[in-house]
Amino acid sequence: MLERDEDGVTRDRPTHEVLDPFRGVDLGALEHSLRRPRTAFNAFLSWFIGGITLLALVPLFSVLWMLFSRGVQRLSVAVFTQTPPAPLEQGGGFGNAIVGTLVMVGLAMLVTVPMGVLSAVFLSQAEPENRLAQVVRFAAKILTGFPSILAGVFAYGAVVLATGSFSAVAGALGLSILMLPTITLTAEDALRMVPAKMREAAVGMGATHTQTAWMVLLPTAVPGIATGVMLAVARAAGETAPLLFTALFSRYWVMSNGHLDVMQPTASLAVLIYNFAGQPYDNQLELAWTAALVLVLLVLAVNLLGQRISARRID
Amino acid sequence: MSTYAAASMPQPGNPGPSQQAAGLAQPPSSLQVAADRGFRGLCKGLAWLTAALVAYIVIEIAVKAAPAMRTYGTDFLTGTTWDSNAETFSILPEIWGTLYSSVLALCVGGFFGLGVAIFLSEGFLAEGIQKLLKRLHLAHRPFWCTLPERTEQVLRNLIELLAAIPSVVYGLWGIFVVIPALRPPAAWMFEHFESWSLFSTPLSGPGMLPAVVVLSIMLLPTITALSRDALVAVPAKLRMAAYGMGATRWETILAVNLPTAARGIFGALVIAFGRALGETMALAMLVGNTNRISLSLFSPANTLAALLANNFPEAGPSDVAVLMYAALVLLGITLLVNIAGSALLLRASRNSEGAR
Repeated sequence: MLERDEDGVTRDRPTHEVLDPFRGVDLGALEHSLRRPRTAFNAFLSWFIGGITLLALVPLFSVLWMLFSRGVQRLSVAVFTQTPPAPLEQGGGFGNAIVGTLVMVGLAMLVTVPMGVLSAVFLSQAEPENRLAQVVRFAAKILTGFPSILAGVFAYGAVVLATGSFSAVAGALGLSILMLPTITLTAEDALRMVPAKMREAAVGMGATHTQTAWMVLLPTAVPGIATGVMLAVARAAGETAPLLFTALFSRYWVMSNGHLDVMQPTASLAVLIYNFAGQPYDNQLELAWTAALVLVLLVLAVNLLGQRISARRID
Repeated sequence: MSTYAAASMPQPGNPGPSQQAAGLAQPPSSLQVAADRGFRGLCKGLAWLTAALVAYIVIEIAVKAAPAMRTYGTDFLTGTTWDSNAETFSILPEIWGTLYSSVLALCVGGFFGLGVAIFLSEGFLAEGIQKLLKRLHLAHRPFWCTLPERTEQVLRNLIELLAAIPSVVYGLWGIFVVIPALRPPAAWMFEHFESWSLFSTPLSGPGMLPAVVVLSIMLLPTITALSRDALVAVPAKLRMAAYGMGATRWETILAVNLPTAARGIFGALVIAFGRALGETMALAMLVGNTNRISLSLFSPANTLAALLANNFPEAGPSDVAVLMYAALVLLGITLLVNIAGSALLLRASRNSEGAR
């Protein structure tokens, strides 16, 4: 440390003065040593928490290992092209269940994507203290934590009881209740991320709200919106509970006479796994594992696609 | 230079810049105004529809449940028999099973989930790998220096992967892996600790314990993600103050980070509890679907969601009202828990904003 004396000469301060404050302190006590209880406790907890994390990953690897070791056995072209076997029947596949899942998720998307994105446009434009926006956001949050089985119960009451038959439409309604909040909330976030100056530039050039939304906000927010849609689709594709007693199950293709018949009971991968897991036949159990593998790969692919899209936005 | 000048000069045939601007600066035509009003109305209407949907769901279930509510009243909630031949229905065992399995799963999942959240929020893994690399003199090599960060990212993705696996797949895994794995220890526990009410029955396949194990695995990613957010939001200056006063890392975590993030962590647990209450497939496949109230971990039981899943597909017109009543009870419980959880999380995030 430098100090200026009375005569204006700068000179080093004697070092012992600087160290004075520490004179009575045992500097060795600050040493990081495992022999001291405090640091030993610290090190123990660090290892303990590492062990907990490792233990938490065991189920994940067990699930993945079972999926691959038992699911790959039956993986062939036949399982994608054939329909589920009857009890005691050999062979078969779950082609109709894959198509059924895709049809129902697709139907649900047809409703939820426009509805979610457009209400997100409203939410992102609304002032913070707008009552309706607050209510809608609250409703969407409630729906995110909504038990999936109750979405099924609602679809059962609204469609199955009304039309008198289990159908793909009822299943799609159940799924769309689960997809809607994810799409709405992520789309609102994505729209809010659009820089304010872009919106202001559009408004400054005399664009109407609608023109701003269609030509500036939505195109800029597309990656974020698409990520939300992908997340919602990935969740819906794996859902069983809303389909269990709305779309029920079917051993036949959803197409009849060459056109889509959405008012019939429809098979889905998730319900097929549930039904076959409870059966005592080896053939059905093998198919259940293979279907689980296909379903997990499908869900992961959609998830990865969503992450890819959102990564591109950051670039 | 010259091309620039030429380009910016008004060409004789074209209108000049000022005229062009005048052409652009028109008020929107009446068609555009109408389209704008229509579109904004549409957006607002769809937003209304989202809010109305929640109300419609509640009303739909309540209206369909009304006949059963009139017939069975509150006895439905306190009785213990479910017999469709005798037309006696009551759901106390299911309510008990739902709450018991959720609380147990929350304890297990909360412990592990919070542990993983602390592990991730403190960057223990990256630090450990960094230390190892320094030992091996690789810490500054081009490939190796990015390794700590990348493994941390991989770990985070793995935890997220747990959330991506559909619940029916967990159910299938539970039947073929968890139940066989739990049999020997459960048999041993039953033999030696039969007098304890927790272990008072043998595990004969499906039961409360396998269901709780799988349910807690399914809760873990939710708890980890939300409580990690709360832990990361603890202001850095609080931690630094603790370090500056000579606290070790774990003293800081236990005495500063966790209490500061407590509200957020509690909110995460409540949200996870709501998920557990409504979780259907894993429980329907593993819990045993038996109408029984028992403290025993090995006893088969039933939950509200599993009851709905098992009975709805074959429900006759008279059963539907009863099942709708059960659904209404589940709806009431989960709505209450979810609203409490989101309110807690909201207050927690407001608090941490104030602290910064």
